[in-house]
Amino acid sequence: MTTTTHRTESLQLWNKAKELRLRYYENYARAHERGGIRWAGGAWTLDAIPRGLGDDVWSITSEPYAASIAFDRPFSLRCLEATEKAGYARDLCSYMRNYWGGILLDEYAFPAFSKTWPTPDFIFQDHICCSHAKWYQVVSDLEGGVPYYCVDVATGPAIEADGEEFRYVPMAPHAVEYVVAQCLEAIDWMEKLTGRPYQDELLRRAIFNHMRSTSTWARICELQKARPAPLDEKTMYSLYVHGTLGKASQWCADFYDELYAEVKDRVDRGIAAVPTERVRVMSDTQPPWGFLKVFRYLEQYGCVSIGSLYTFGLIGQWEIKEDGTWGPRTCPVSIDALPADREGMLAEYIRFEINKPEWQHFYHPKLKSALMIRIARDWGLDGIMLHYNRGCEGLSLGIAENRLALQKAGYRVMTFEGNMGDEREFDEARTMARIDAFMETLDLKKQRV
Amino acid sequence: MITAGVDCGAKNVKVVVLEDGEVRGKALVLAGMDTGAAAAEALRRALQAARIGRDRVARIVATGAGREESRLSDAAVTEVGADARAMAHLAPAVRTVIDVGAEEGRAIRVDGAGRVVDFAINEKCAAGAGAFTEAMARALEVPIEELGELSMKSTQAIPMNAQCAVFAESEVVGLVHKKTPKPDMARAIHDAIADRITSMARRVGIEERIALVGGVARNVGFVRSLREDLQTDLVLFPDPEFVGAIGAALVAADTAAG
Repeated sequence: MTTTTHRTESLQLWNKAKELRLRYYENYARAHERGGIRWAGGAWTLDAIPRGLGDDVWSITSEPYAASIAFDRPFSLRCLEATEKAGYARDLCSYMRNYWGGILLDEYAFPAFSKTWPTPDFIFQDHICCSHAKWYQVVSDLEGGVPYYCVDVATGPAIEADGEEFRYVPMAPHAVEYVVAQCLEAIDWMEKLTGRPYQDELLRRAIFNHMRSTSTWARICELQKARPAPLDEKTMYSLYVHGTLGKASQWCADFYDELYAEVKDRVDRGIAAVPTERVRVMSDTQPPWGFLKVFRYLEQYGCVSIGSLYTFGLIGQWEIKEDGTWGPRTCPVSIDALPADREGMLAEYIRFEINKPEWQHFYHPKLKSALMIRIARDWGLDGIMLHYNRGCEGLSLGIAENRLALQKAGYRVMTFEGNMGDEREFDEARTMARIDAFMETLDLKKQRV
Repeated sequence: MITAGVDCGAKNVKVVVLEDGEVRGKALVLAGMDTGAAAAEALRRALQAARIGRDRVARIVATGAGREESRLSDAAVTEVGADARAMAHLAPAVRTVIDVGAEEGRAIRVDGAGRVVDFAINEKCAAGAGAFTEAMARALEVPIEELGELSMKSTQAIPMNAQCAVFAESEVVGLVHKKTPKPDMARAIHDAIADRITSMARRVGIEERIALVGGVARNVGFVRSLREDLQTDLVLFPDPEFVGAIGAALVAADTAAG
């Protein structure tokens, strides 16, 4: 078979992406030295809200931080063993266990910025799954009772699906009111806790930045429809992470604007992530972070993983367009389009945020199947690799049903077992052997460029 | 056209020399620590059995876990692909292949024309593979070759819940202490491995007819347990451990012919 070789080149923003990530962890660790506030919460939390306390308020989001620990396998193993020694079960969420382990060891994954774990001043979280609901209760206990506020966001699915077709369902007014009321209470709680007056204009700016970041990330993902794909999934993990760190921040929204411009330019010039691209797949759920080489292995076959519902839909916000296509959610043209009153802007924020694609499978696997099939069709995929992620009950929920739905829709599907944050549950040699067999079913053989 | 298939398994290397679709010679050699050397020796013996010189072999394709170590092959195919190709030749009516080798169990749905429709492989555990029966035979102090026949004399089914070869051995030791008859323990072992394999096969969707290949297909006790689990008859082959090598030799013929 003839091997087509596309042009490829490094991402120019790569170093900036790395610097921004490191600066984030430095800012959190050194916040107190600068008179600022530290807070902790999940990557899904409504992070625009604490930003109303000031520009010197720094967060650490738990999942990407735990993924950073998982990437450092020796440190991760020590964290996992510390949680087991403390009596926590080995089959709990592995992000949670890595995070708890760091606290138990009193070590920070970025020792250049802090030798010890930088305890937050407060915790602001939302309940997206059972583990997240309890995660910070334990953290608060381990940290000696750090104040903790949690928002319930279980307001029903944002989409309805009938087979491969789906449509968005507007959030019911009482559901918006339910979440907004909790946010208003949280703001009062933060004011009392920190002694700082809350600034609605900062909240408004953060909500606007949130909308910019999440819409622009979806636009970047949409560019992955191009052949050859401008990015591979391993690179996308390094870029979507900024949204998981600070999607409501100015720096994140601005960075994604820059990134969009560069990725668009790559598409216009036909620059490939994988020069030998012949076949396109997507993955699902968090990868085994200590073994991202899986995605490089695919390249030997001329196979590119263009992303996943996870990379597209954890940060990206989407909508059905007038022509029926699924595309990036429309961002307000300017901050002035947002209401000026606190309750009004929070309602806009909630309506925008509580419908992300990666949330829907918690309500029913058929919703996720419909979204995945849409990606498979519109992004021109040849197969799907599903990670049966033993480290995340939430995102693996219903994944076997997703497999059947994808097969029914005509796609070849490979599954592999692993764990996003516990290397002891990933068998590298067997996974590679399984990929070999899967590539063969896609009529691919290893090639040399 | 003469081709050869080399199946570098976890325990044994199997080589088949094929001439126009017919097996002319075959050989099985313990893989040992040097798979490449074992493959060369197996090929030498298979060619000798076929009375064919090495220079007449148009193409050699390797398969099996150690296929990259076979220094004498022109190309490679995965075990899944080799089984699918072999089935199209040996039993085209088969739609599900169950392959139980020394360290891996597989269930493969095939289309009868040599293509794989779907597949599943046992996960990180020997409890669905031949190594499991070997470990249990050791625990029972019964030669592996006799374990199957022994289980056929069983008069009662005893459940074994172990999910792992190591812990299953503890379970067998417990049965020994309870003075459980050896035939019943042997049957329990085969039932346990059959349960694992059946569960895996159901994940890819069992479609008849079903073939059982790999070295464990020689074990009559396991065959009985699997038949009972699947509630259907199985397509068996005289040399089940050579099916992968036959598939590789067929792939060699396909690719040599362009």
